[in-house]
Amino acid sequence: MTVGLFIPCYVDQFYPGAAIATLQLLEKLGVTVVYPPKQTCCGQPMANSGYEHLTSGCNELFIDNFSDFDYIVSPSGSCILHIKDHLHSEKRENEAVQVRRKVYELTEFLTDILKVDHLDAVFPHKVGVHQSCHGQRGLKISQMTELVAAPFSKPEQLLNMVKGIELIPLSRQDECCGFGGTFCVAEEVVSVKMGVDRVSDHLEHGAEYITGADMSCLMHMEGILRRQGSHVKVIHIAEILNSSVQ
Amino acid sequence: MSTTSTKNHAELAGQFNADENRVDWHDETLWWIRQKRDKAVNQFPEWELLRETGSKIKEHTLSNLGNYLESFEANALANGVTVHWAADAKEHNEIVHSIIKKHGVNRMVKSKSMLTEECHLNEYLAENGIEVVDSDLGERIVQLAKEPPSHIVLPCIHKKKEEIGDLFHEHLGTPAGVSDPQILTETARQHLREVFLTRKVALTGVNFAVAETGEFVVCTNEGNADMGAHLSEVHIASMGIEKIIPKREHLGVFLRLLTRSATGQPITTYSSHYKKPRPGQEMHIVIVDNGRSVQLGRKDFRNSLKCIRCGACMNTCPVYRRSGGHSYHNAISGPIGSILAPNLDMEKYADLPFASTLCGSCSNVCPVKIDIHDQLYKWRQVIVKAGYTTKTKTVGMKMMQWTLSSPGMYHVAGKAGRIVMKYAPFAVNNALNPWYKQRDMPKPPAESFDEWYKKNRGKK
Amino acid sequence: MSTRGKILSAVRANQPVLTSMPDIEPLKAYSNKETVLAQYTTVATNIGAKVYEVKSLDEVKTVIQSNFGTDKRIISTISELNDIADTKEYLSDLPVQLADVELAILQSDLAVAENGAIWITEDQMGQRVLPFITQHLAVIVNAKNIVATMHDAYSAIGISTQGFGAFIAGPSKTADIEQSLVIGAHGPRSMSLFLLNED
Repeated sequence: MTVGLFIPCYVDQFYPGAAIATLQLLEKLGVTVVYPPKQTCCGQPMANSGYEHLTSGCNELFIDNFSDFDYIVSPSGSCILHIKDHLHSEKRENEAVQVRRKVYELTEFLTDILKVDHLDAVFPHKVGVHQSCHGQRGLKISQMTELVAAPFSKPEQLLNMVKGIELIPLSRQDECCGFGGTFCVAEEVVSVKMGVDRVSDHLEHGAEYITGADMSCLMHMEGILRRQGSHVKVIHIAEILNSSVQ
Repeated sequence: MSTTSTKNHAELAGQFNADENRVDWHDETLWWIRQKRDKAVNQFPEWELLRETGSKIKEHTLSNLGNYLESFEANALANGVTVHWAADAKEHNEIVHSIIKKHGVNRMVKSKSMLTEECHLNEYLAENGIEVVDSDLGERIVQLAKEPPSHIVLPCIHKKKEEIGDLFHEHLGTPAGVSDPQILTETARQHLREVFLTRKVALTGVNFAVAETGEFVVCTNEGNADMGAHLSEVHIASMGIEKIIPKREHLGVFLRLLTRSATGQPITTYSSHYKKPRPGQEMHIVIVDNGRSVQLGRKDFRNSLKCIRCGACMNTCPVYRRSGGHSYHNAISGPIGSILAPNLDMEKYADLPFASTLCGSCSNVCPVKIDIHDQLYKWRQVIVKAGYTTKTKTVGMKMMQWTLSSPGMYHVAGKAGRIVMKYAPFAVNNALNPWYKQRDMPKPPAESFDEWYKKNRGKK
Repeated sequence: MSTRGKILSAVRANQPVLTSMPDIEPLKAYSNKETVLAQYTTVATNIGAKVYEVKSLDEVKTVIQSNFGTDKRIISTISELNDIADTKEYLSDLPVQLADVELAILQSDLAVAENGAIWITEDQMGQRVLPFITQHLAVIVNAKNIVATMHDAYSAIGISTQGFGAFIAGPSKTADIEQSLVIGAHGPRSMSLFLLNED
């Protein structure tokens, strides 16, 4: 099985640690991982702003880079959801459909395909888990509180395999952090208020770290934490699952 | 393009957020209602089946709406009800006015109807010398405050009891400083009782109109619709074409879904089934289109017509709770308002589908499974293609497209950005950067993942 | 073309391809008939009604006489109660003349356990405005007539010829002022529910 590694543009540029951890974790679990060097972006920032009609360049690049792999894995729920819902090609729609069927966000790949039941990770800290909306409600990575349905969480299932970790409870388990793509600047006031409230929930429950499957949410919350002068850090879930004894 | 009269959600939300304590109060109140909804619906293992059934009934109805409207009309006529048709808000208002005029009166009592808000009925009648008293307590409060309601179910959720106390002191004679809800409600009871007893014409909304029987159902907790209707000589009921449901038994589905979704109550105190006028009374139904048939023709957006006006989407929306209903500058606010309004006036409401992070909470509390967040995304595409966007935004997006379509360009741009952030942070960390107002920028790392990979793993 | 014609044409031109009407039978499978009396009592109490389990109309009379003054206007649609209430004269009143009614005692033939409501039709109201304009409402319903859910209720009701009917669940109320629940908005300030259990 060969996995094509797709790294979101902002993770590549600003949070390479999350990408490195994703790569190393998959390799530790016995996966052959290839990182196509010509990848750029899934196109979501344009599409969500109403400019989906400008994303064909990104779509074609994505198909060029990834159509040959058994699976395509990315440490980002929102990018994967975007590809799943919106990857199209005028000339190669069949290939686009195939690609859409084999894209996976990291945690769901670990639980559903690799069926990981054990990790050698160690992370003795109090951690708050942020449920990023697109992964949760879009990819069904964990149950949402809106539905009358049995609870489950793939990220937490994996985190519970990490030694020493303590997952803190939250008052609002799955409220949006307010990043929302260009929303974070177009509606800056409400975006920040949502982020501040989300961060407060974690702080009130004693988080030392806030983690999640989407670096975009974490980047937004980190911006707020650092502006507040807080010592609480954000960390992508891949980095926790990949952690070991220091 | 920002003048003092330009209303867009971001600006109005900015104003709303000037008082953070107030925002917290508004947010926590509505979240509490969402929690009451959760508690109520989790008692029913069949809840998701109920939602699916409600959704399918509504979808079927929309696919056969012409026939159901005709059946409804035929049955209502046979029941002794007069049926009117209004193409738009203006025609609706004229019809209501003509009925009132015919009876030689100049005043009317009205129970809650968001359709009449949409049609601006009260203003139209006032211009024509007809006084309208809104009898729902929340509506009466905003009427006295000369404001529109901010929420379709909880009209004055944005008002504190002290403010309501001041209003009642000014208009209804309560002592200054009294803000106890019991006292204020008792005052409203006495004041409105006098209105009910003296108005010959009463107007109500319609929650559901049953094609099979020609009856319509009005749901209230206060009993104000019934007090107005049963004491009047003329009862007018205004409804949108999408209020139709096929059969009486379907009321079982919708009455189970509605109030639990809205407030967490098992049912409203009163679910009144109006079929025939009281002997000696006139009953009128005004069936209104006002853009609904156009929405019906929009494949991506027609399912917004399934809405049963419960407000659950507003209660759950993290943006609505922190921006308030008035920031949507439309009769119907929140997520559902944002997918209905662009159909009425795409230019005026171009901002609304963007007042969202597309989190998807709304779609999943919707009792009739409207794909609200998907429709928000699709409206964005329609609005931009129609040209209701700014040149700056389009130029920015085109640049993004150009950069991201080319791996070479992307890496150059990324590296340039990181270099600027590292060596000239002031270029980015300033008031011109909206991110930077209240958040620090991420720390630029020494190398991107791509650079790390090339260095540590060599070429593919 | 008239407005009616224009609207119907536009609707027919724009409506989507016909989809099928779903069956609501699967929902009825969830009705739990065992516990309807207990569930009804709990829910009705939670929504602000006062629930009394009684064995006879005499018991009803006793409760009413101790709770409501005899100097107030009491009306009933139940002829057996003519010693404590007016069961005739009010029928010839105009609706507005019922404004001074203190208590209305009515009969219902159907109650719904999942929401504490009773179903009452025009012929059981005497006058339509009575259950709303009265300061206090009392309803007598036979415990055998409690059904589990609204689906069961509409099965029982069927299609009627009645010009008006209503589900009434507890006293009138509002929470419009800062979500503070106030009992007694425009309708009755209280609701007394007498569950007649003659066994």
